[in-house]
Amino acid sequence: MKSTAEHGGEIRAGYDIIIEEVPAHSRVLDLGCGDGVLLYTLQRVKKIDGYGVELSAEGVSMCLEKGLYCYQGDIDDGLADYKSNSFDYVILNQTLQSTKKPEYVLAEIMRIGKNAIISFPNFGYYQIRLQLLCKGTMPKNRLLPYEWYESPNIHLLTIRDFLRYCRGNHYPVKKERHFNVGVGGVSLPTVAAANLFAQYGMFVLDGEKFTGAS
Amino acid sequence: MKTNGILDVPDDSVGLVKTEYFTFAVIPDEMRLVSGRSLGPVTLAYETYGNLNAERTNAVLLLHALSGSAHAAGYNSNDDLYPGWWDLYVGPGKTFDTNRYFIICSNVIGGCTGSTGPASIDPGTGKEYGLSFPIVTIHDMVNAQYHLVRHLGIDRLLAVAGGSMGGMQALQWCISYPGMVASAIPLASSASLSAQGIAFNEVGRQAIFRDPNWCGGDYYGGNKPEAGLGLARMIGHITYMSEQLMHEKFGRRLQDADLFSFNFESEFMVESYLHHQGIKFVNRFDANSYLYITKAIDYFDLKADYGSLGAAFEKVEADFLIISYTSDWLYPSEQSREIVRALRACGKHVGYTEIDSDTGHDTFLLDDRQTQRNIANFLRSQFEKHG
Repeated sequence: MKSTAEHGGEIRAGYDIIIEEVPAHSRVLDLGCGDGVLLYTLQRVKKIDGYGVELSAEGVSMCLEKGLYCYQGDIDDGLADYKSNSFDYVILNQTLQSTKKPEYVLAEIMRIGKNAIISFPNFGYYQIRLQLLCKGTMPKNRLLPYEWYESPNIHLLTIRDFLRYCRGNHYPVKKERHFNVGVGGVSLPTVAAANLFAQYGMFVLDGEKFTGAS
Repeated sequence: MKTNGILDVPDDSVGLVKTEYFTFAVIPDEMRLVSGRSLGPVTLAYETYGNLNAERTNAVLLLHALSGSAHAAGYNSNDDLYPGWWDLYVGPGKTFDTNRYFIICSNVIGGCTGSTGPASIDPGTGKEYGLSFPIVTIHDMVNAQYHLVRHLGIDRLLAVAGGSMGGMQALQWCISYPGMVASAIPLASSASLSAQGIAFNEVGRQAIFRDPNWCGGDYYGGNKPEAGLGLARMIGHITYMSEQLMHEKFGRRLQDADLFSFNFESEFMVESYLHHQGIKFVNRFDANSYLYITKAIDYFDLKADYGSLGAAFEKVEADFLIISYTSDWLYPSEQSREIVRALRACGKHVGYTEIDSDTGHDTFLLDDRQTQRNIANFLRSQFEKHG
């Protein structure tokens, strides 16, 4: 059987730990939901009330095929319209590094979500560092499969960067997971020196607490 | 192919269909209109396709645009050259699959293809209403449809769907009768027409007013204001197409010649096309109806009616699929997005897609695969959810 994180042969990094994280019957907004596989799985497994935002018309069509409600637009488009704490979970999965205004997006997520799940490829991963150090070229690998001139990833970051940013902005970090993607898309936790050895970082931020404090 | 009498129709056609009529608001129980005036009796022309299921949960109401009618699909007679206005979308196995859903389409009040409108006989005078017909709004059109839907024994519609003015009716349905609508599909629509849109409508109306045959709307029995109505249609048609579509369809090509004739005969293909559209239209449409329906579109304004879009949508229960088209400059995408944002802020379920198209406002009437696929998928999941 295929793991929930694998779809059409493509590895869906960190799907399994997000699915594990979201409680049943939550109200969930997935920013950059793509073809909707994560939302669909959450809907099936956790009976969530799901909402998606996706830039591509094809992505939206595939969401509609799955019976999902998805809005075609930039992820920062219309976030301001949502009331504070109107979602139990706002998910930004493998998308932060390609947002145009990451600061704005994170601030809005913290406002509209009681919880935020942010997951991204870690630019501090040792293979990326090595590629830059040894070859002197922009890293291109399974995590970041683009040439520098075609990459949508315009705001690359490391796990340490993100933690510092959260601290600086008083975003309460509830949970932190560092992982590599193994066979079949299964997430394997890294034990030590996360910023060096983890391919991905996943964070659960407490948006409710944050909104309440400001 | 299947055969209906002498008519050969494709297998995915609903075939021969009959327009039905439903009359209500009989004096003294006239229908109260938004303007404060009353209208009665009111007749709605309607057609249905497919079968209502035993649970009565598969009814879909189609809402037509400015020049539409109750005749959405199939053929009314063996002599019909063309099928109904949304035949590309309605039939067995099509987007609005008549094997699955019970499809209803009615002509709006104020219309001229069977429903009560300015060309109908005023029972008070025994003559056509003409301009004594009261102004009707989108809200009034929907209130009239409500009577029809109840008459058909339906408590809740699986979906209301339509493009342009049909989308406005769909939105109004969700607001006016929240418990009766499970989902809505407004295409190429808006919560209010832009100033530019009102401007084009007004030029169309002025073309009719200034036709000497119009006679203050009292032309029935005499010569009709065909020049004015034809001109109004030509103007309208320009707004339904994109610049790109006109360029591809006609370019600067000449109709019957290679060289300019240096006179004012119509010679560019685009001229002939517009003339043809104008002539075709006057044979099937009433000039006064054109005045009343364009006015209803101009008056539609959910923000003004309810204070804000958020307030308008607050009690809505329906799930939405909203579609706009990149090349639609009459009802630009931003106007759909405005609706979507307000619905999202109210916590409603809404799918939205802006379809890349070169064919302008009228794309929703064309054989657009993306539109068809998205609607079919949305309807299927709504039926699974509510059916």
